[in-house]
Amino acid sequence: MSTNAKAAVKPAKPSKIGAAANYADERTGMAGLAKKQIRKVFPDHWSFMLGEIALWSFVVLLITGVFLSLWYKPSMAEVVYNGSYDALRGLHMSEAYASTLDISFDVRAGLLMRQMHHWAAMLFIAAMFVHLIRVFVTGAFRKPREINWLIGGVLLLLGILEGFAGYSLPDDLLSGTGLRIADGLVKATPVVGTYMSFFLFGGEFPGDLIIPRLYIAHVLLIPGLLLALIGAHMMLLVYQKHTQWPGPGRTNENVVGYPMMPIYAAKAGGYFFVVFGITALMGGLMSINPVWRFGPYNPAEVTAGSQPDWYMGVAEGLLRIFPGWETSIFGVTATWSVIIPGQIAPMLILTGILFYPFIEAWITGDKSEHHLLERPRNAPNRTAFLAAMMTFYGLLWAAGGNDILAVLFNLNLNHITYFMRVAIFVLPPLAFWLARRWCISLQRSDEAKLLHGYETGVIMRSPDGGYSERHAPISAEEAYTLMARDEEKVYEAPAGTDLNGVAARKVRVMQLRSKASKYWFGDNIRKPTREQLEEARAHAEHELAIQDGHTNGHSNGHADGHSNGDGRQPVRSGSHAAPAAIEGRSSTDPGSSEK
Amino acid sequence: MTDIVPDQESQSREIARTDSDPVADPGLPAHVPRPTDVDPAAEKRAERQIATMFGLSSVMAILFCVAYFTLGIGENPTVFLGLGASNVALGVTLGLALLLIGVGAIHWSRKLMNDTEVVEMRHPVRSSDDDRTEAVAAFETGLSDSGIGRRPLIRNSLLGAMGALALPAVVALRDLGPLPPEGWYKTVWREGMRIVNDVSGTPIRPEEIRMGQLINAEPDVFFNPEEYDSEPIEGVELQAAKAKAALIVVRMQPDDITPSQDRENWGVAGILAYSKICTHVGCPISLWEQQTHHLLCPCHQSTFDLADNGKVIFGPAARGLPQLPIAVDEEGYLIATRDFTEPVGPSFWERDGT
Repeated sequence: MSTNAKAAVKPAKPSKIGAAANYADERTGMAGLAKKQIRKVFPDHWSFMLGEIALWSFVVLLITGVFLSLWYKPSMAEVVYNGSYDALRGLHMSEAYASTLDISFDVRAGLLMRQMHHWAAMLFIAAMFVHLIRVFVTGAFRKPREINWLIGGVLLLLGILEGFAGYSLPDDLLSGTGLRIADGLVKATPVVGTYMSFFLFGGEFPGDLIIPRLYIAHVLLIPGLLLALIGAHMMLLVYQKHTQWPGPGRTNENVVGYPMMPIYAAKAGGYFFVVFGITALMGGLMSINPVWRFGPYNPAEVTAGSQPDWYMGVAEGLLRIFPGWETSIFGVTATWSVIIPGQIAPMLILTGILFYPFIEAWITGDKSEHHLLERPRNAPNRTAFLAAMMTFYGLLWAAGGNDILAVLFNLNLNHITYFMRVAIFVLPPLAFWLARRWCISLQRSDEAKLLHGYETGVIMRSPDGGYSERHAPISAEEAYTLMARDEEKVYEAPAGTDLNGVAARKVRVMQLRSKASKYWFGDNIRKPTREQLEEARAHAEHELAIQDGHTNGHSNGHADGHSNGDGRQPVRSGSHAAPAAIEGRSSTDPGSSEK
Repeated sequence: MTDIVPDQESQSREIARTDSDPVADPGLPAHVPRPTDVDPAAEKRAERQIATMFGLSSVMAILFCVAYFTLGIGENPTVFLGLGASNVALGVTLGLALLLIGVGAIHWSRKLMNDTEVVEMRHPVRSSDDDRTEAVAAFETGLSDSGIGRRPLIRNSLLGAMGALALPAVVALRDLGPLPPEGWYKTVWREGMRIVNDVSGTPIRPEEIRMGQLINAEPDVFFNPEEYDSEPIEGVELQAAKAKAALIVVRMQPDDITPSQDRENWGVAGILAYSKICTHVGCPISLWEQQTHHLLCPCHQSTFDLADNGKVIFGPAARGLPQLPIAVDEEGYLIATRDFTEPVGPSFWERDGT
């Protein structure tokens, strides 16, 4: 093939599509890229759809947002409303609010698009949250995906900021109150707070610049960043290939699933229409943010039961339950009841989320690549940490609606607040402990399945009158899946002479890491070894042979007990069908319980 | 249990392996054909279902257009079951038009497209050693060609120049807003200014206020600027002034009130006036409990006792509500006797220096 050829290189069958592809490839050379990506394999699992919801709702936001921007006026200039909505006609209001009313009442499909935009925003942030939880609890953030974790964390933060900016744009009473609170948060900043407030609002609150400023951030600055980061997020995903659950034929070295074209093109493309369609139904049937009911912003008015959008609920809860601490010393004021919950705590939470993968990798000392997902039970501390964080989040979220809870459940508002002040410190550790123990119990159950088989629900009676449940070996597929997890290695700090010449500080760090690592893995049930599995198998076969010997003498009724509900009752007695009792198993001495 | 993890990068080249497990990998399960793979009738049925969904989608798209033009909005909206018919119809038709495409495509992929799973091998994420060596060599060649290492003068002056660019970038933002003017936290209240109803602007006589009643009030200067030798306060200025001067006037049993020493003559016959702006983060406070004299902020539930000098009794606010000293003028209307004695609204760093 020569580029000097007079005739272009033609595909084998000249067709319209072929000609177009040829035209494109001669100018972009994209066949080289396309040959790899067209049949790119994506593994399948329902939970991989969560990030997709976030992606598609972002696209819905772009489309509906462009529609809204055709009529919305980001101006705080005062006008007299003269539109269709009777109750507000003749009132002075900002152009922003008036144009939002026009979109809602005088532009056909305007209200639909406004409500779709708002619902899609809710969905966008919610889907990012749930996607983050999925990635966290399955260990999908581990090497080599830490950078994508960071990008995801920043996307979530930007999504929340974008949501807040958008929420403020209608300039109604509720969104203005939100800005008033933001002004209070900014003003509390030590040393520069007052200046920051004046710079942000272009003068004294509320000024007439904050709406146009938030508008440009909302339609250009933050969406631009979001787009760029989503692009990077997706490119890394494509390059690293998606993680998958372990299973027969699914290993750390391959990826098993359906090809991009046609399955994923149809599934993911179809899913975009599903997300779009559902937001359209929500926008058509479910009212959201009826700004006309709140009236124009007036700094001297407020509605009872003021609530921000759901994703601000945590910040709101923190602000609500914090005690009124303030120090006035040397002629300056530091308002801790605003600085700590409004500025420091959100930063701490975000930093904790972003740095989690690095902290875990430091504790485990794990430097290998992971493409297989880990079941939550197999990483009890991680799962427990998530349970604690979710409890913390849920409590603060509830605290953000303490007035609503008080009305709904006829409770004393002050008591709810006092309860939350204590609960956010007490309940997360409790959740941690509970989830950790639960995970370890589930590990025990997996081990029992591997070594002793599954519970058939068939109750056996031995010649001397004891009852036991018959266990049957699990399938090779299930056994392989259960065994497909990493061997854990506890980090131990080198001892004695090795430490000569090592700085004391470094030794302390090593010892701390060793302790952390012991706590991390110490209570885990180790994977059974080949010997244990073989011994258990031999034992089980022996037991089954004996039992079959007995059952053959009886009627077949026992075997049919399988389908009988009562047959599933766990009956414990001295003589187990299973070869070994596992209750006494200690993880530090795996061999001891095999008697 | 006592394996020590060698803390070396050498491990990073390996992809963690699990196939040393004692249970051998049984391999991918065999492909199980779907009914649509083996039964031509099922296949036809699926095809019909999918085409029906796509067909219905276009019907919905057309219905959307019909609804757009036939259902009225604005002053005389078409109403359906008490709902705006236009919004409901447009949302439902658009939603179904989209959903049917999506569900149809997914149905197609699940029923008719080849569902044999494909295996693709992974490659280590890192580049090969050769690529790395070449990249490093290329970079070093570029570096030495530029001579940046040999010419620290150029390097340092360039770094300095880039750093200095941060100054214009920051300085150019200076005009984002004015510096806080001296006394910006002061309000428009002053001696003799009438306290008027916030909506109607009518002055208030003490006897008009019922026992336990709360009135939202504003300074008269917003309504009658000429009386106070002031320019009309409008637009942005009005909003900023309102954000500080908003007032609540309440009447309580004089016996219930426990004024602090310096506030004994700040009220009129059980009528006291407080700033309406919460000292926490600045929400206007409005929830009044007559029996207990408590005023609750609807935003974060700070609660103030108005019978006890506006003291905080609950919630995240750190300071009591500022009180405005009031009196009655010769015509019998409530007036302020001076501005607030402290800044109103949320705290700020310089507050105590004021």
